[in-house]
Amino acid sequence: MKSDKYYRSKNVAVNVIVYAFLIAVALTCIFPLLWMFSSSLKTQETIFRDMSLIPKEFHFENYILAWKEGGFGRNFLNSIVYTSVVVFGIVVVSSLAAYAFSRFTFPGRNLIFYVFMAAMMIPIPGSFVPLYVLLNKLHLRNTPIGYILCMINVGLSTSIFLLKTFFDKMPKELEDAARIDGCSKLGIWRHVALPLAKPVLAVVVVLNALNVWNEYVLALIIFDSKPLMPLQVALMTFQGEFITRYPLLMAGLTITALPIILVYIFMQKYIVKGVTQGALVG
Amino acid sequence: MRIKDTLENYLFVLPAVTIFLIFYLIPFIWVFQLGMYEWDGILPTKIFVGLSNFKEILIQDNIWWLSMRNAGYITLIAIIFQNALAFMLAMACDREIKMKNFFRLVFFIPPVLSEVVVGLVWQWILDGNYGLLNVWLVKIGLPHLAKNWLSDPQTALTTVAIVHCWKGFGWGFLIFLAGLQTIPRELYEAARVDGANAWDSFKNITMPLMVPVAILVAILTVLGTMQAFVLIIAMTGGGPAYHTQVPVLRILASMRGSSRFGYACAQGIIFGLVLIIISFVQYRFSKRSRQY
Amino acid sequence: MAVKFSGCLKGILVFAALGSFFLCGCAPRAAENKNKVVIWHWMTDRQAAFEELSRRYEELTGVKVIFELYAPSEAYSQKIRAAAQSVSLPDVFGILGEKRDFSSFVKAGHILEITPYMLADNGKWKNMLFSKALAVNEFSADNSYGVLPGIYGVPIDITTIQMVYNKKLLKQLGGNPNRPPATLEEFLALGPKIKAAGMQGLVSGWGEVWMVDCLANNYAFNVMGKDKVLATIKGKVPYTDPDWIKVLEIFKQMQDSGILANGLVTMVNKNAEQLFANEKAVFAFNGSWCVNVYNGMNPGLEFGAMLPPAAGSKYPMVIWGGAGSSFLINARSPKKEEAVKFLRWLTDREQQVYLAEVTLNLPANKDSLKKISEILAQFADDIESSTHPNIWGVSEFPAVIEALDKGIQSIVIGEKTPAQIAEEVQRIKQRELFKQSNR
Repeated sequence: MKSDKYYRSKNVAVNVIVYAFLIAVALTCIFPLLWMFSSSLKTQETIFRDMSLIPKEFHFENYILAWKEGGFGRNFLNSIVYTSVVVFGIVVVSSLAAYAFSRFTFPGRNLIFYVFMAAMMIPIPGSFVPLYVLLNKLHLRNTPIGYILCMINVGLSTSIFLLKTFFDKMPKELEDAARIDGCSKLGIWRHVALPLAKPVLAVVVVLNALNVWNEYVLALIIFDSKPLMPLQVALMTFQGEFITRYPLLMAGLTITALPIILVYIFMQKYIVKGVTQGALVG
Repeated sequence: MRIKDTLENYLFVLPAVTIFLIFYLIPFIWVFQLGMYEWDGILPTKIFVGLSNFKEILIQDNIWWLSMRNAGYITLIAIIFQNALAFMLAMACDREIKMKNFFRLVFFIPPVLSEVVVGLVWQWILDGNYGLLNVWLVKIGLPHLAKNWLSDPQTALTTVAIVHCWKGFGWGFLIFLAGLQTIPRELYEAARVDGANAWDSFKNITMPLMVPVAILVAILTVLGTMQAFVLIIAMTGGGPAYHTQVPVLRILASMRGSSRFGYACAQGIIFGLVLIIISFVQYRFSKRSRQY
Repeated sequence: MAVKFSGCLKGILVFAALGSFFLCGCAPRAAENKNKVVIWHWMTDRQAAFEELSRRYEELTGVKVIFELYAPSEAYSQKIRAAAQSVSLPDVFGILGEKRDFSSFVKAGHILEITPYMLADNGKWKNMLFSKALAVNEFSADNSYGVLPGIYGVPIDITTIQMVYNKKLLKQLGGNPNRPPATLEEFLALGPKIKAAGMQGLVSGWGEVWMVDCLANNYAFNVMGKDKVLATIKGKVPYTDPDWIKVLEIFKQMQDSGILANGLVTMVNKNAEQLFANEKAVFAFNGSWCVNVYNGMNPGLEFGAMLPPAAGSKYPMVIWGGAGSSFLINARSPKKEEAVKFLRWLTDREQQVYLAEVTLNLPANKDSLKKISEILAQFADDIESSTHPNIWGVSEFPAVIEALDKGIQSIVIGEKTPAQIAEEVQRIKQRELFKQSNR
């Protein structure tokens, strides 16, 4: 990437402005994270009285307390599994469909696509109730599979939309070359389209991972027993009806923020490395 | 041969369509037809009222349209400022600068943070009496600018809109960055060889290729922001009076406060129709501009 | 790179598949245990206390009571409704909502009528509990909801909603720390002094509209008396009546005198609690649960309970009070009898004393007040002079309530006058009455 500087500015002033701008925005982004972390080290009494970012005393035991009382061990694992399975499911299902919408013609193609798009736009208030009844009938309520399937559905429309937009932009020569070489449709999808779409796929992964990881309403409604709940629901116990145990809540929130940040860091590499290799190979 | 081909094509969309049919369409139909009933969500009996719910929303429900206007205002600010910010940041990070990865990480923190934290922190900053913002304004000698940001009817909505922009720009940033990355570097090399300067490159290469991405981000922004409500509940509760009411809050109020489930469904449908119309217009616009 | 990506995907797939099989295999298919009662509620604050009680009960009787507590309460409310729809409610549960929703649950056959149990043995169970607490769970003979009269729920604790004041700050303002303002004039007179001292006056969660409603209602009872208020709800008296305008005026007076805190109209209750606990506000309008909250944030806080300062002396000032949380029994549950027995045990003196001690809330059992803290006792003293919308037998239309409460917010921020709000509210009332008569 070092040789691809197309915007190298020798003008120091411009550089300074750009950096100042970036740093200013970055500060506003980091501040809540720091506040959350520092609050997690305070106590219930000092959390709103001690306004400084650096707490006077460091109560690291809040983390251990939050982990134990929140029953985090099991719920953490649950969240990881749910998120991985759902994200994987969405990536596969939506990329297959988006590729078909973009490259194939078949009767009803546009209609089905528009229906998916419409679904993205019509929020269903109270959709929890029919989902509950439906899952109950299918004997999938209070099971991980039921929740996973619901969550796959939630992310489907937007992911298909994102992927189709990028597939449309993709040059066709590589696929044509592969087809001439005798590759099947599925093969082209797997070996040509997917690698080229890596930046978008990374976005899809991050988007859906975040959605599933932070979701708690549907989980609370579908699952009954605590051992099946994802992390966010367990976290909510700190935010009781009357008493919010802020330091523990903050500790819990910090713990929950970490894995998703890791996913993002990991996926960033793909957005960066991007498509240049693919384009050059062709 | 043709049949086999078409069948293969259908197989690609089969998993998506199946899941969609079961988990979206069925609940949707249930909710859709409920818009024509008067029901409190609990009783076994529902009263069929035909289209009177819809009529009521269109004609009588002023607060509903006020909430739509509020959501529209927030969305407008989001489309303009949030996306402009996201785009500028993406451009800045696309070049070869130090700490590029650091910035990329940091800008994604707002979307990652749970709304609980965001609501608490911003409330703390914006508090009219002891908030960080006002304290700081007084310190730098601008005490007359210190307002009750979240409870003054004149500033409440704009303040909420800005906090939303802050939380949301990370997504636009990500998508714009991904889009900028897919522009082949050779185009810029070729342009430079031809003698173009930075501005020309931007005008003739970057912008045209980014237009579809910009439209995509705009569509997603509209959809996301129009449906926002969690932050608003945390910061203002929809007040003062109705100044920060948004459509989803109205739907929730119908469901829980008034126990009018059927009415809430009707509101949801009308809301969905408005969103479809807006998105359709945007999408058509994007198709026409994709002639490059 | 392509190979690495798909290899990575494969890795995730394998892990996820294993994970989900693991989870599926462990999906609870608990054997039908004859000795198990499942209870759903939203009070996650009480998790530890409930689990301890459940343990004691199991030692005593061998019956296992499982408490599943879900937060936040809005999500819980959806869960209960969804469960009701698919007829899969647990053995015992609590519901959120007004009397109207309660009545719908009863009419849908979800709730067991427990009047016979309450009245058995010369009403032994019934007499153990505060009448106000029970009244909230009862449907009287002339109720307007169409429900067969009877008792349908068991109150576990009581809450009242009134005002508290900071003794230290009141003294600083020149007041008597043991004699808080009793009349509206005294209260308003403190306004300028508070502003001058740089403090906040009254804090409350008025961003959450129901708290505005509560105070407005308290003053309505004080200004015109219970009968006239109920007559208004029934549609016989218009909201444009001078007495109602007087009630709305009170809010304007409070705002003008400076006694209300800045930003009160969008304040969330938890925020208000912080401000009071950190001694930044002199008064707070909150429920008796606040004792526990303040204790957690500032154990050294010196405060007392008071009634909202009366605006008139013709009728008494009335506050809202009654059952804090109630447990209802699923009429279709096969464990009805065990559930009844458990709830009976839960409301016995010993358990109520334990709950009151541990959760710092008022017990529902009349006999359990001995060990509660002094400040809590001040709340308890006012129980008998309290009322609650759930015991009036009639409900106002939600649209009217919303218009009234949002209207008061408008008055406080100076956008509308009391007379204008009265007119708007009355207009909406007419509209709702019209709709109702045409149904």
